[in-house]
Amino acid sequence: MSFAQTLRCRKCGQEYPLQPMNVCDFCLSPLEVSYDYQAMAKAISRDKLSQGPRSMWRYRDLLPAEDEEVDIGTGFTPLVKANNLGRELGLEQLYIKNDCLNPTYSFKDRPVSVAASKAREFGFDTLACASTGNLAASVAAHAAKAKMKAYVFVPADVEPGKLVGAAIYNPVLITVNGSYDDVNRLCAKVTQKYKLGFININLRPYYAEGSKTLGYEVAEQLGWRAPDCVVAPAASGLLFTRIWKALDELAMLRLIEPANTHMFVSQAAGSSPIVNAFEAGSHHVNPVVPSTIVKSIAIGNPTDGYYALRVARQSGGGACAVTDDEAITGMKLLAQSEGIFTEAAGGVVVSALKKLAATGAIKHQELTVAFITGAGPRTQDILASTVQPVATEPNLESLEKVLSLPGQTDTKGYANKDRGD
Amino acid sequence: MAKRQVMFTFPPELVREPIIYNLSLQFKVVTNIRRADISEDKGWVVLELEGDEKDIERSIAWLTQKGIRVDPATGDVVEG
Repeated sequence: MSFAQTLRCRKCGQEYPLQPMNVCDFCLSPLEVSYDYQAMAKAISRDKLSQGPRSMWRYRDLLPAEDEEVDIGTGFTPLVKANNLGRELGLEQLYIKNDCLNPTYSFKDRPVSVAASKAREFGFDTLACASTGNLAASVAAHAAKAKMKAYVFVPADVEPGKLVGAAIYNPVLITVNGSYDDVNRLCAKVTQKYKLGFININLRPYYAEGSKTLGYEVAEQLGWRAPDCVVAPAASGLLFTRIWKALDELAMLRLIEPANTHMFVSQAAGSSPIVNAFEAGSHHVNPVVPSTIVKSIAIGNPTDGYYALRVARQSGGGACAVTDDEAITGMKLLAQSEGIFTEAAGGVVVSALKKLAATGAIKHQELTVAFITGAGPRTQDILASTVQPVATEPNLESLEKVLSLPGQTDTKGYANKDRGD
Repeated sequence: MAKRQVMFTFPPELVREPIIYNLSLQFKVVTNIRRADISEDKGWVVLELEGDEKDIERSIAWLTQKGIRVDPATGDVVEG
């Protein structure tokens, strides 16, 4: 049984029954799931949650799913104490939430798992999304698991190689001849006309709820407390706002002390409408045309931009944009300090974290969690030009020469040289 | 008849022009404003357009050509 009650407009408060619907009929603002928190508080406890499965579904009571979930083994990813990176940045208590380790290598498995579960409850036999990467893979994988059909819409200029991560699950891949805006429009029309569970259109309120599990997990993994600071990436702003909502809910349910977490949003400078609004002191997020290599968070007109902005301000947090070069530097820094290979969005988080620590926005003793939400191998092409192997002939003299090694002696005391055998 | 939920973002130099009025005069499109925030130097309006699909497309092309940005009211659908 779920404690979800209604869909509620985030702007005007208008309520609707739980159904496939994402926008308020009155003010055209996004809808979100509202719950009976009093009943929920009576039903859950730290002990009960801790005894649940080691997956995102241990938090089932805080999610809107009624029936059996569509689960491919998502969640309960490691929260790593990042001592090496922390020393580098001057942060004593730095943790990395490594959400690269989900089944399709990104945090998208969390929201998609909830959306796919609700799609099945609503009687849909087909899932759909518009994506060039992580979301496409996750939707296709969940459809495969649930034995549902999947349609993935893609702008025609996306290289076929980028679609392998989705194609392996055998969805219907549809390339659309037109701009990203044309794809947006086509998808809206398709959802109006056909009975599809479109993940980030008519299922969006449920999709959003899955991202809360990131916040729940971090609090539990920290021993039931909220971090002092969070640094997370933003595309539509959904993930960022739901981490905050998760901490807020846990505090409201008295599972943690009141959350005073400072929320810092990070974006790529070539697609940073939320950071722009924060820095301008604006209440409105003006759309931009994205121009960045950080494709997984390149959204110019973010649905939850206004709400992400509000969370950053109200929590006493901040906003930080980094260049594409800084994003790549951040990817390398994380890999070379903590052994975690993230996609470029993670590089944005690490470089933003570095700037925020350097300016004192995040203080050295504050318990800080950086959210790394996608793995690097899917987009390793952006790093190809930085790979510079050292070439050697197959003998020790050549190797020592190219590595500038002095001649060494081996354990038997012989001069260490190539004996030609 | 088709409906389209959109957001217009006005540059400062067009804030004082009766753009939405002119849009209705020039095209057979009904404009239904739901939210808006206009000041002397900037502005945005969230509204629903209703009319023939071709008229809606033509009206959006006309707005874009005048320098007004038109986005889906629901935000971008294409994600990474």
